[in-house]
Amino acid sequence: MTTYPTTWRRPPQIFTHRGWRIGLQLAALIYLVFAIGTLEVSWARIAEGGERGMRFLMGFLSPDFSSRWRDISQGLIESLTMTLTSTVVGVAISIPIGIGAARNVAPAWIYAICRSIIAISRALQEIIVAIFFVAMFGFGPFAGFLTLSFATIGFISKLLAEDIEDIDEAQAEAIRATGASWAQLINYAIQPQVMPRLIGLSLYRLDINFRESAVIGIVGAGGIGATLNTAIDRYEYDSAGAILLMIIALVMVAEYSSSYLRKFLQ
Amino acid sequence: MSDFPASWQFRSPKARLALWFGWLCLVALFVWCWQVMNERTIWMFVQDAPKQAADIGGRMWPPRWSYLGELMVPLWDTLNMATLGTLLGVILAVPVAFMAARNTSPFPLILRPIALFIIVASRSINSLIWALLLVAILGPGLLAGIIAIGLRSIGFIGKLLYEGIEETDIRQVEAITATGASQAQVLNYAIVPQILPAFWGITVFRWDINIRESAILGLVGAGGLGLKLQNSLNTLAWPQVTLILLVILATVVLSEWVSAKVRAAII
Repeated sequence: MTTYPTTWRRPPQIFTHRGWRIGLQLAALIYLVFAIGTLEVSWARIAEGGERGMRFLMGFLSPDFSSRWRDISQGLIESLTMTLTSTVVGVAISIPIGIGAARNVAPAWIYAICRSIIAISRALQEIIVAIFFVAMFGFGPFAGFLTLSFATIGFISKLLAEDIEDIDEAQAEAIRATGASWAQLINYAIQPQVMPRLIGLSLYRLDINFRESAVIGIVGAGGIGATLNTAIDRYEYDSAGAILLMIIALVMVAEYSSSYLRKFLQ
Repeated sequence: MSDFPASWQFRSPKARLALWFGWLCLVALFVWCWQVMNERTIWMFVQDAPKQAADIGGRMWPPRWSYLGELMVPLWDTLNMATLGTLLGVILAVPVAFMAARNTSPFPLILRPIALFIIVASRSINSLIWALLLVAILGPGLLAGIIAIGLRSIGFIGKLLYEGIEETDIRQVEAITATGASQAQVLNYAIVPQILPAFWGITVFRWDINIRESAILGLVGAGGLGLKLQNSLNTLAWPQVTLILLVILATVVLSEWVSAKVRAAII
């Protein structure tokens, strides 16, 4: 009679070799000790922060919309207009770059140029770009508009280019067989295939740009972020709570309406 | 002989009219927004921009390499902020994800909306805003940055993880349940093994994003490379700014490479 084991242990899932597993766990432990060791925490300051934290929480629970309403509405208007204009301009610039960055419709040298534009736009973070644009163009929503447009280019062009590379070649072949020029090829074979997705991406980017517009204000590029920064600097936690609640609400509205519209369009 | 139309058109006249009207509305909205946005823009500064750009560009080059030694400690801080923040985010996100998933939520009626709200709230507030708040509450330093990164990560990890949990294979759950396993054992032996690869993938992906974000959190006082950037910007030390940006870029590229490798190995 064969004897079956009475207990069973689940075999390891990712690292099957015992030495590797122990070594990795040990390395993680040593790192953690080091990392937490270099962490300088002043407990006195944190204890003091407890009271402020409570005040902020109270501010969040009883938000004060009215006393700074002028600043808040100004910030919101800036954020919303910035979001729309930068998305429109960003998408308009992205379309030629996206076409240029698709290997199946662009010659090699244009492909290289467009891909490097995309790489630059994606590598630089919004906030860093915003610092430079504020230094160049002065404070205010215009710098924010430029920042968001710049960031939109990298995002939309890359996804559009990938979409164009993934199209159904048979349709392009059919249009080419009729003797169509390059412009006609783009217009009749490529554009109908990628248009629904391009609109979807633009709506998604509109949503992202609104979120970002709340952030770049911190470095002076206008929008609701600047208002929030001021409110926190003045320790007006009830106004800050009101602004945060409005940001959360607007982001939720933007996210749900953009996902609904995308579903409706596709 | 049947008569074909001399020219072919994709849309009916009515559809074309509607489409044009839609575009017109968009253009009108754009123009209006542009007007409102630029009410207070000083165009003189905008015209001056190329000169400013050339000026800053001239000051930024060459980078001040001797500053590199001073950047090593902030770089270590930045990496720690991202890693510990991700750890905190994971610890907080896992229970939230299990509460948010339809098939594992203990009390779906009450806990699901709460968990989903936590996820949405965390996702809609950027880590820089979290850091701004936490620096005001806890004082400047790495701890505020770590908590900010952790709070922002909850939404990301929670959302992807709960979607993963909802997509698990129901048959494995049934097989474990059929052996008479308790609720905890079902989780441990049926759900966890199925989502573990996705979980590691999501974690590493978020770690990579967190490296990017922690590099700039210092701008609002949360320590790391961003703090050095802020100091250099305030003292108009442009050659140092260039060097810091190069270090950030190198770190980001490296972490992206590591995360891509790890994810390719797991999935």
